[in-house]
Amino acid sequence: MIEVDVEAKLGDFALAAKFVAPSAGITALFGRSGAGKTSIVNALAGLLTPARGRVAVRDEVLFDSERRINLPPNQRRLGYIFQEGRLFPHYSVKGNLLYGAKRTDAGAFDRIVALLGLGDLLRRRPGDLSGGEKQRVAIGRAILAEPRLLLMDEPLAALDAARKEEILPFIAALRGALDIPVVYVSHAMDEVIRLADTLVLVDGGKIAATGTVEALTSRIDLRPLTGRFEAGAVIRTVLRGHDKVYGLSELAFPGGRLRVPHIDLPLGTPLRLRIHARDVVLASAAPNGLSIRNAFAGRVIEISPDNGPLVDLRLDIGTPAEPVMLWARITQRALADLRLAVGSPVHALVKTVALERPSPGGGRGVSEAHEAY
Amino acid sequence: MLTLTPVETEALLLSLRVGLVGTLCSLPLALLVAWLLARGRFVGQQLLNGLVHLPLVLPPVVIGFALLVLFGRRGPIGAWLYDTFGFTVAFNWKGAALASAVMGFPLMARAMRLSLEAVDRRLEAAARTLGASRWRVFWTITLPLMSPGILTGAILGFARSVGEFGATITFVSNIPGETQTLPLALYAFTQVPGGDPPAFRLCVIAVIVAMAALLASEVVARRLDRRIRGVP
Repeated sequence: MIEVDVEAKLGDFALAAKFVAPSAGITALFGRSGAGKTSIVNALAGLLTPARGRVAVRDEVLFDSERRINLPPNQRRLGYIFQEGRLFPHYSVKGNLLYGAKRTDAGAFDRIVALLGLGDLLRRRPGDLSGGEKQRVAIGRAILAEPRLLLMDEPLAALDAARKEEILPFIAALRGALDIPVVYVSHAMDEVIRLADTLVLVDGGKIAATGTVEALTSRIDLRPLTGRFEAGAVIRTVLRGHDKVYGLSELAFPGGRLRVPHIDLPLGTPLRLRIHARDVVLASAAPNGLSIRNAFAGRVIEISPDNGPLVDLRLDIGTPAEPVMLWARITQRALADLRLAVGSPVHALVKTVALERPSPGGGRGVSEAHEAY
Repeated sequence: MLTLTPVETEALLLSLRVGLVGTLCSLPLALLVAWLLARGRFVGQQLLNGLVHLPLVLPPVVIGFALLVLFGRRGPIGAWLYDTFGFTVAFNWKGAALASAVMGFPLMARAMRLSLEAVDRRLEAAARTLGASRWRVFWTITLPLMSPGILTGAILGFARSVGEFGATITFVSNIPGETQTLPLALYAFTQVPGGDPPAFRLCVIAVIVAMAALLASEVVARRLDRRIRGVP
């Protein structure tokens, strides 16, 4: 477990953050810039000393104001990947990688260099690396210090879209290949959905909510924090079938099966889907004579209290035992015409899904949008 | 013309020795003071800052006189040094080194402080998260990154030491072979009839030494800087 309970006063800004997250997989700290995300990570790393509180990782107490425990940063064994890389300019890439390296595992260096594709860079200086290369070196440098937890403070924020795509697979691969838990700071929801297992919402120096990505993104009350434009639901599915004749693959979730273009992965592969609210069409009766084949019967759970022309509806298209939340964005006019209210039965038609492919066996993770059929 | 007279050789070598010893001995102290001024936060910091810069603004004679009062054989520090270690700086080349070191100190400490303030503390924080102790961070990150400033400070201090006149002549007098450095020898020649030609030769030597020191500092600082910034 990662336990954080810190209070600090930073100028006019008051930080009072408390959350518990599993020490496995990727935990995202998500919030606007200035919400206090970096301060929380700095408190974890020991670069900021809270006025009061407690910080523990995997049962080892790193900071406890009551028991007067405050491990210095160099004894915390937390790898920190900064937004700006912070490579040492007077060391070569190899020197940077080895700066904090533990010599317990002789093969580790070669493995990490291979995993991050750093072989050709070893003799270069940080001064003549591209932004993406710098971040890869920074990731390698942190991992080679054999941390029990990796902290990443917006590692992609300083990169352009192409460079981001260069780094994201490596971060996704960390989960599969290295099994190091990660705390990932971001203000970009697409990164969070793509990478994170646990989501911690930070707002105004406080923790607004903690939970799985699926649970928090489907809550209306958190919409102001999780972002309206990116509104959508995240659904866990399993690859269950291939339709060779029509070149389709079937993804099963409690309550139904989604058909998408053929995915070249073995059956049984877990896949995370992201379905935007704007890509869901509602019908009050079972649709007939439509080209969309992904239609699921469900029930309206919640209607967002919104005054604009558009309204978001939360639907349950799962089973009584395993509810599956889906968002649909329709106009107020449609809401009135279809006479939808909380509890109304409804049919949801899914036009497009965004597929987050986790990295089976540590390979590249990818994200692609798919028409759903 | 190209060969130096024994008097010139003696004065030049003495100057170099005085400058070198003075610079090397004050280097660690200047680094400490630079650290205190740049990183420390304590009562009396401004006072220390003023004290360090005093030799820059006071007449050198004042410094020389103060040294004489403090480090003379009967001065509080001088008497203690002599009684305890049998060591004295009064009227010998070590005194000349002390006087020139004091005069060069502000330049040295100032250059080091500026370079220390320019060191990116975020790099030091990154090194800490990689498991490095404060001590290791200092040796592997801070010191290398401020090395151009240390070098510039040392060379400036050295050049100032070699050229020191007022404090030296007040403190340790003008004794040929013992405290008569280049500028002091030059001054001695100007005080005797027919001394202008040898004084002129010493002038040229002084210019050559100073220029060499400045050029060397430029070249080495630039190379160090390039190394640090990682440009080949």
